[in-house]
Amino acid sequence: MIEIAEVAKSFGAVQALAGVSFTAQTGRITGLLGPNGAGKSTCLRILSTVLRPDRGRATIAGHDVAADALAVRRLIGVLPHGAGLYPQLSARENIAYYGELHGLAGAALRQRVARLLERLGLTEIAERKAKGFSQGERTKVALARALVHDPRYLLLDEPTSGLDVMATRDLRSWLVELKSRGCCILFSSHVMQEVAALADELVIIAHGRLAASGTPESLAASFRNADLEEIFVDAVARVAP
Amino acid sequence: MSAVGVVCRKEILDNARDRRTMFSTLVFGPLFAPLLFAVMINIVVDRAVSSVREILHVPILGAERAPNVVEFLRGRGIERELDALPQDLESAAQAVRADTAELVIVIDEAFGADFAAQSGARVTVVFDRSDTRATSRAERVRAALGAYSEQIGALRLLARGVHPNVVRPLLVDQYDVSTPAGRSALLLGVLTYFLLFATLMGGLHLAIDTTAGERERKSLEPLLTTPVRRAELLAGKMAATIAFMLLSLALTLAGFAIVLNVVPLAELGMSSSFSLATAGLAFVILAPMAPFGAALLTLVASFTKSYKEAQTYLGLLLLVPTLPVAVATILDVKTTPALMWVPSMSQHLLVTALIKNEPLDIMLVAQSMVSTLLLGALLAWLAIKLYEREALLG
Repeated sequence: MIEIAEVAKSFGAVQALAGVSFTAQTGRITGLLGPNGAGKSTCLRILSTVLRPDRGRATIAGHDVAADALAVRRLIGVLPHGAGLYPQLSARENIAYYGELHGLAGAALRQRVARLLERLGLTEIAERKAKGFSQGERTKVALARALVHDPRYLLLDEPTSGLDVMATRDLRSWLVELKSRGCCILFSSHVMQEVAALADELVIIAHGRLAASGTPESLAASFRNADLEEIFVDAVARVAP
Repeated sequence: MSAVGVVCRKEILDNARDRRTMFSTLVFGPLFAPLLFAVMINIVVDRAVSSVREILHVPILGAERAPNVVEFLRGRGIERELDALPQDLESAAQAVRADTAELVIVIDEAFGADFAAQSGARVTVVFDRSDTRATSRAERVRAALGAYSEQIGALRLLARGVHPNVVRPLLVDQYDVSTPAGRSALLLGVLTYFLLFATLMGGLHLAIDTTAGERERKSLEPLLTTPVRRAELLAGKMAATIAFMLLSLALTLAGFAIVLNVVPLAELGMSSSFSLATAGLAFVILAPMAPFGAALLTLVASFTKSYKEAQTYLGLLLLVPTLPVAVATILDVKTTPALMWVPSMSQHLLVTALIKNEPLDIMLVAQSMVSTLLLGALLAWLAIKLYEREALLG
């Protein structure tokens, strides 16, 4: 389980998070929704131990992200915004590098990388350098890289941005598969259809604060509206800037 | 393999595939620096060394007034140039100033009468002292004229029954103790500077690529989510930078070993004994500059936000090692234990002594190596502290 409690974070004079609390359950896909600049990326970067919260507490499987960062990093797979591959390395080398950083080696590493390349349909481009990859190929390789150590927790920042329809559908099916294997998945997005198609739970944030959370059904009931977009606009409007 | 090793191996592989990096590591230092040095030496040799065997062609104004002098000069390899003869002293000076003539000998109009009257017949050598080659040639002409003058003087004294040594109460000898290689301090300063520069240049792109470059292409953030300490990540990156610096240094030394055995160093009075053993010793002396330089470049690159910004600062930083070398060369600094604490200065002094074939003090070498490594460790520690800051991601 991922838990965030009263987490606040400022960059200089700009307050990105003003005390946000929510949870993401194991075996479920949680969608983190919000308008641009709401604090979605900051949330995910705190959970991936890259940033430290100014205040509040964030834990993954009970490990504090600030105090026990190394333990948290062993559990998580991260797909950051913008894939961040090494252009001079091939798809296989990009993935294997992260495997090694997670302590994999030898035959176990080779098999794991080969299986991921095959599962994500990357076998054909496995030996090509990453600098020539399309956006879809980059995202796939970055996802394979995030999964190389078989993490139980997956943090994805705008995973479908820049992907075409086919690639988006592929991504969805992998996330559903990972969920069925007991992963806890938290992803951010500002695209309603995507969240509606994928998320079991919704967390809507705006201006660094929680606007609403719950299953799509419970939100529809409390907002008396079945249309997710209307709910979103309504929820964001309730949070004063 | 440890995380440091994994990171180091990846950075080496990654950068070995980058043309820019390979250019600065394998081509710039090892090829360019020795070639430039060879060209410089050849120019210096050409300008400064006027070989005695070489026949000089010099316009002699008023040669008909002193046929014996002209004949004597011819015997010393100084031929009379017949073309473009100036009319008088003034036009001769004009010609030298305008570079149409390098050197002109002007025999005074009253030469015949003065010589006959034994009252000091005048011969003027017109030249430009700021032109080093002309100066050395003028020196040759003056020596030849002096020899003629002395010979005639001796004959005149003998004709009067006086021994020529009577007018030479002092016998002045010069006893030069400089080793043959010791005379070209400036060239040696340039040599060690090239070696230091090639070392730093070899790791420049890695230092940028592994820090500012990684941040710019957004691969730093996912890297920081792996279960590896930031100190270990940076240690691996610096290890890769050090490896490239050492490779560049080794190749540059090999390049110099080849070039220095081909160029006419002996004509400059320098020894050309730049053997494999000398190159090996020079490598040992200069090697600590690699960790020091890697830490320094990485530290500065960690402050910058982009590849371009890093390149600007590090380009300036590459000039820093020139300062101690320039100071040492200009002030002719003597090697002291205290100076072994100054990176680049200590290596410069030791390598210069090594190439001059002077005895090396092992204690000074050890002091230089240890102090440079210690300063490098301090810089590496600062870089790691900087890397552990959250603001790293910008």
